[in-house]
Amino acid sequence: MSKNEFGTSGADLELRGVSKRFPGFTAIEELDLTIPAGSFFALLGPSGCGKTTTLRIVAGLEEPTTGRVLIGGKDVTDAKPFQRPVNTVFQSYALFPHMTVIENIAFGLRRRRIEDPLGKAREALRLVELENVAQRRPAQLSGGQQQRVALARAIVNRPALLLLDEPLGALDLKLRRQMQLELKEIQAQVGLTFLHVTHDQEEAMTMADTVAVMNKGRIEQMGAPEELYERPRTAFVANFLGQSNLFGGKVVSSSDESIVVDVHGYRVEVPRARSQRHSGEVAVGVRPEKIELHANEPVPASGINIVGPGRVTDVSFSGVSTSYQVSLPGLGVVTVFAQNRSFGPVVHEGEQVWLSWHVEHGFGLEDEPEQLPKFAADDDTQSIAAQRRRQLQTELEGA
Amino acid sequence: MRGFGRYALAVYSVIALTFIMIPIVYTIVFSFNDARRTNIIWRGFTFDNWLQVCRAQDVCIAFGNSIIVALVATLLATVLGTMIAIALVRYRFRFRAATTLLLFLPMATPEVVLGAGLAAQFLAAGVQKGLVTIIIAHTMFCISFVVVTVRARVASLDPALEEAGRDLYGSPRQVFWRITFPLLLPGIIAAAMLSFALSFDDFIITNFNAGSTMTFPKYIYTAAARGIPAEANVIASAVFFLAIVIVIVVQVTNAARRKRLALR
Ligand SMILES: Nc1ncnc2c1ncn2[C@@H]1O[C@H](COP(=O)(O)OP(=O)(O)O)[C@@H](O)[C@H]1O
Ligand SMILES: [Mg+2]
Repeated sequence: MSKNEFGTSGADLELRGVSKRFPGFTAIEELDLTIPAGSFFALLGPSGCGKTTTLRIVAGLEEPTTGRVLIGGKDVTDAKPFQRPVNTVFQSYALFPHMTVIENIAFGLRRRRIEDPLGKAREALRLVELENVAQRRPAQLSGGQQQRVALARAIVNRPALLLLDEPLGALDLKLRRQMQLELKEIQAQVGLTFLHVTHDQEEAMTMADTVAVMNKGRIEQMGAPEELYERPRTAFVANFLGQSNLFGGKVVSSSDESIVVDVHGYRVEVPRARSQRHSGEVAVGVRPEKIELHANEPVPASGINIVGPGRVTDVSFSGVSTSYQVSLPGLGVVTVFAQNRSFGPVVHEGEQVWLSWHVEHGFGLEDEPEQLPKFAADDDTQSIAAQRRRQLQTELEGA
Repeated sequence: MRGFGRYALAVYSVIALTFIMIPIVYTIVFSFNDARRTNIIWRGFTFDNWLQVCRAQDVCIAFGNSIIVALVATLLATVLGTMIAIALVRYRFRFRAATTLLLFLPMATPEVVLGAGLAAQFLAAGVQKGLVTIIIAHTMFCISFVVVTVRARVASLDPALEEAGRDLYGSPRQVFWRITFPLLLPGIIAAAMLSFALSFDDFIITNFNAGSTMTFPKYIYTAAARGIPAEANVIASAVFFLAIVIVIVVQVTNAARRKRLALR
C-alpha cells in the first residue's frame, strides 16, 4: 500500500476469524466483524473483554494468532502499523510530552511528507477548538484538552479508519457528554469510519450507528442501538444494556406467531420472531419500563401477559420515574419502572399488585434458563448506581 | 531544649562543612603559591601557575590522557549501555537474568580485584598496556552505571508513546530518533556525566592497566611522594570550578524552564 493512499471517505473494515491468544490466556476467540465505510461503530463490553486487544490488532500493534484483517478490501494482516491507513486515539492519549501541541499533530503528516503540515495541523486544531494552545506542551493542558489534541492528531491524517480506545474514559461526566456530541459531529463532518471502544453502554447507544456487544473475547450481539435494546439475544446483552427482568420456564405451546412459556404457573407469551429458542426450557425477559402495575387483578385479554398477585417490597423515587421492586411467589423479584405522570408513587410498599405487559414487548434468549441468576449480578447494580449518579448529576445541574 | 537543639545542629553543620571544605580550599589556595620545587610551604602569591599550566609538561600530558580516556570511555559506555538498557527492559531473551547479574558485578566487585583481573587478562592475551587498555577497562565499569541509570528511564517510558509514533506513520528508525531517544535523553546525559566523572578520577583500575601511560590521578599519586607541582593544583581547581559551573547552569536553566511553564 502506497504511503499517500488515504481515503477521504473512510473504508470498510473486515475481521475474518480473528483470534488472539496470550500465553495461558485467550483474549479474543474467533471474531468476525464487518464495519461499513463511513459508519460510527461502537465496540461495547466490560473491562477485560478484549476490546483494546481488538483495536491493537486492527492498528497492527498486535499480531492476531489466527485470522485476517482487511481494510478497504485489502489484506493488511502482515502490514506494519506505519503502513496502515489507520490512526488510533489511545486510551492514555499518548501525546508526545517533548513536543508542542502543534508538533504533536503535525507528526503524522511530517512522516508521510505531506505538504504544509503546520497549516493542516492548525486546521485540525481549529476543528477541535483549541487554536490558542498550539505552542503549549501536553503537560500544560487539561484532560479534556489533551483528549481533543489526541483526536486532532489522529484525524489530521484522514485515516480510512479511526480507532478510539475509550477516549472519554478519563473525563468527568459533563465533559464526557459534551465530547460525545462533539465526536459525533466531527465524525459526520470528516466522514471517516470510526471504531469506538467503550464500556459505557449509554455512550455506545447515543453515539454509534451500530453497536457490537463484546463479552469474554466474543461478540454477543451486533446491531443498531434500538435493536440491541429492544431485542437482546442473550442475557448478557439484556443486562449490560440497561436492565431486564428474566424468567426461565418450559415451552408449553407454540403457534406461528408466538410461544407460550410456563413460568412457575404463570403463562408468559413471547412472539416467535423475538425468541431465539422455540421449545424446551427457555429464558424469556421484559424490560422494567414495559411493565404496568395494577392495584386490582386486570381482565385477561389476548396480547397481554399478566402475572400476580405480588407484593411491593421497595419503592424508590427518582424524579422522572419511580422504580418498584415487586416480589412474586416463584418468580422472584421483578423490577418495574413507571413514569411519574401524576404526583408520587402509584402504589406503596407492602401493597398487593398485579403486573402486565404486551406480548410484543417480551423477548426470548439464547441462554439456558438455569444459567440465568448469575447474570443479574454486579454489572446490574453497577449500571443502576451509574444511572442514579447521572440522574443526580442532571438534577444538580438543573438546580 | 529546642534552642539548644538548633544551636547544636548549626555547630555540627559548620564543623562538617569546614571538614569537607578544608582540602578543597587548600588545593585552590596552593594553586596560587609561588612554589619552586615543592608545593608544601607558602612562598607568596602568583598567577604564574595558572598562566603557564603546561610548564610542568607531565601534568598536562597526564591531564590530556585522562580527558581522552574519559571522553572515549564515556562515549563507548553510553552508547553500549543505552542499547543494553533498552534491550533489558523491552525484550525477553535468553540469558536476560544472567546479563543483569553480570552488569551488577563490576559495581559490587572491589576495584582492586577488577583491575588485577583485567590486567591478568591483558597479559594472557598479550595486549600492550596503554591508552587502549585503560579505555577498555573504563568502558567496562562505566557500562554498568550507564545501564542502571538509563534502564530506570526506559522502564518509566510509556510504551504507548512509541506505539503512537508507529501508528502515526513513523518507521522504527524515525520512532527511535524522534520519540524514544529524546525522551531518554535526560537519563542518557546523566549517565554520560556520571561515566565521565568515574573515568576521570579512577585510579585503582587504571593503575593496573595503564603500563607506563600517565593519567591525571596516577600522576598525582606518583608525584605525591616527591611533592605535587602547583600546576596540578591548578588543574584540580579548574576541574572543580568547571563542575560547579555546570551544576549552577543546569539548576538555573531548569528553574527558568519551570518558571516559563508555570507562567503560560
Ligand atoms: N500482552 C498481554 N499479555 C497477556 N494478557 C494480556 C495482554 N494484553 C491483554 N491481556 C489480557 O487480555 C484481556 C483483554 O484485554 P483488553 O483487550 O485490554 O481488554 P479491554 O480493553 O476490553 O478492557 C485481559 O484479560 C488482559 O489481561
Ligand atoms: Mg481497554
